[in-house]
Amino acid sequence: MGTATSAGYGSCVTDMTALLVLPVAAPVAAAVFAAVCRNRRLNAAVAAAAALAIGACGLLLAVARGDGPALALGGLLRADALTAVMLVVIGSVGAPAAWAGIGYVDQEVAAGHTTPRRVRLYGVLVPTFLAAMATAVSAANIGVMWAAIEATTIVTAFLVGHRGGRAAVEAAWKYVVICSVGIAVALLGTVLVYFAAVHAGIPASRALDIDTLLAHATALDPAVLRVAAGLMVIGFGAKAGLVPFHTWLADAHSQAPAPVSALMSGVLLAVGFSAVLRVKPVVDLAVGGGYLRTALLVVGLATVAVAALMLLVQRDFKRMLAYSSMENLGVIAVAAAVGTPLAIAALLWQVLAHGMGKTVLFLSAGQIQSAHGSSAIAAVRGVLARSRLVGASFAVGIAVVVAVPPFAIFGSVIAVGRSMTEVGLGWLLAVQGTLMVVAFAALASRTVGILLGEPEPSAPAIMTPRSISLALVIGIAACLALGLSAGPLAGLFRDAGLMLAGVR
Amino acid sequence: MNQDLYTAGMNTAAGTLLLTAVLVVWRRELRAMVMLLACQGVALAALPIVDGIAHASAEVIGVGVAILALRGVVLPAVLLRLVARRGPARRGPARWVPARRESAPVVGTSLSLLITALLTVTAFAVTRPIVRLQATVGSMAVPVSFAVILIGIQVMATRRRALSQTVGFLMLDNGITSAAFLLTSGVPLVVELGASLDVLFVTLVLGLLARQVQAHFGDSDVGRLRELRD
Repeated sequence: MGTATSAGYGSCVTDMTALLVLPVAAPVAAAVFAAVCRNRRLNAAVAAAAALAIGACGLLLAVARGDGPALALGGLLRADALTAVMLVVIGSVGAPAAWAGIGYVDQEVAAGHTTPRRVRLYGVLVPTFLAAMATAVSAANIGVMWAAIEATTIVTAFLVGHRGGRAAVEAAWKYVVICSVGIAVALLGTVLVYFAAVHAGIPASRALDIDTLLAHATALDPAVLRVAAGLMVIGFGAKAGLVPFHTWLADAHSQAPAPVSALMSGVLLAVGFSAVLRVKPVVDLAVGGGYLRTALLVVGLATVAVAALMLLVQRDFKRMLAYSSMENLGVIAVAAAVGTPLAIAALLWQVLAHGMGKTVLFLSAGQIQSAHGSSAIAAVRGVLARSRLVGASFAVGIAVVVAVPPFAIFGSVIAVGRSMTEVGLGWLLAVQGTLMVVAFAALASRTVGILLGEPEPSAPAIMTPRSISLALVIGIAACLALGLSAGPLAGLFRDAGLMLAGVR
Repeated sequence: MNQDLYTAGMNTAAGTLLLTAVLVVWRRELRAMVMLLACQGVALAALPIVDGIAHASAEVIGVGVAILALRGVVLPAVLLRLVARRGPARRGPARWVPARRESAPVVGTSLSLLITALLTVTAFAVTRPIVRLQATVGSMAVPVSFAVILIGIQVMATRRRALSQTVGFLMLDNGITSAAFLLTSGVPLVVELGASLDVLFVTLVLGLLARQVQAHFGDSDVGRLRELRD
């Protein structure tokens, strides 16, 4: 199986190896560099460069990919269309977020909120976080993928608690406990898949390889796979912020430093969900398409409902953004349940657009918060009048995540809606549409207050360090560009959709 | 090793796994809970060691010894440092004396044990497809693993000390690892290695966070973590 695949690539195998290894190696090198070098600005720039390298590898993989997956390092790493999309997402959120770390840490140091030791830890952990996510999306073995996703929890624990103080410690504790339990549930699912595979006569050493599982999916015991798939949806869903293990999300996103919130909301949730997408074709082949469809519909719709209700009562703007992420991931889960090639392509497009939108949102929200020393919605008025850039970024970000045209999520939601009616889930579209309108109204009304209201005369000035300004400008440009056209990525999304589409 | 001895060894180990889990639910002394967790780690390590001796596989025995070191010794030792008298008082914002007992129970002992019994029955019910698929000595004991997993979650949900919750998490993890060994001879080495490293790091992180909770809230009762809410 493996030899046949690599033979199909012929001479380009070596090139692909570099493209597969670099997304993991570059951030690891950046982390080592940050551990040695004492210049924190240089470290942040190196981390941003590593993120750019990840994104570039994703793009090159998209261009150079053949018919089947590419393998490297003796079959340990594997890339297909989904890998390429996820690497692009990691790169396009990771680069501005890592770069904005320069301004964030400068501000913390100037305000005396942090210690040199914490600053160094921050510099090492951010690229390590990127490396863990890149490993998770390019692992050929679902066991290794699991371990990498669990590693993201460990790495981000201290990033969530980075600001110190009671609230940050509380958020970090809840985050680690809930996500560790969730991900342990996914491990149990992985063990059961392994058991089913070994029982079906697959050699133990290859029994968790995605390609091997796909090739032998119909031989796997359906009853065991059903239990395994349910556990994996719940477990990996915990990292994606899906119900029922979603309660860590708002706490962690609101307490983490702004660039880390951007990474967690924009990429980490998507990486968690990509694990579900990864195992979905295997499960669909083994037990039929209806099982995961029902599971994802229930989980996705419940997530959208919880998020919409929490948005209605929200008084904290960082928590508001966190629940907006939950809403988006719920919509994405429903799209995965619909499972047509169009719906899958659209959900991946939404993942990328949401990542970019949340990057500008969390970075601008971080500046508002540091100016006011609070993240209460009631305390903030008239941001647009006080800082054009921060206000405009917030406005664009909100427009992206609530699916306002011309931004990309609008197109994606329309495409998923069309697929829903095609597969006879029109009633569901009505329910989800209602919930999305509720979320839209809640987000829009609060945003109008934050941006336009009359600023109090005593309102503090909103300062923006140059590094964060640059990240915001680039982020806005990227959001606009993606809304106008998927450009060279359109073919990639289409192929990923065809590859991951469910069994009809 | 003859078949009877093998069966007896596997069943004793599996029985000890469940027994220690039930005893953790019963006891409220933190140190006793950690000691029970260590016993559970030893019982867990006995599964691959017995299996390895029966099938004369040095590799499986080696994995068993590694598990013994990690789950029988290292992880309990990390937790014991949290209940030790001289905790991190050398450094850190506030001096505090570590708690020795679980704080006021959320659920009483007899009700807790009743829930444990119900969870054990549930475990036997949900594992029926697995036992039906493969009726070996190992997979017949898989319901025990699932029971330990559920009891671990129960401990996390009903105990309020940071340390007891960590013990619950490690029981959950022991249950999953035992399932892997009872169903197959353990997952591939690279996955086992990754999972073991992860559980070690999670325990260290939880230990560090537990100290920070103590320092900031003056108590390791995580039920007091109520700053963040909607």
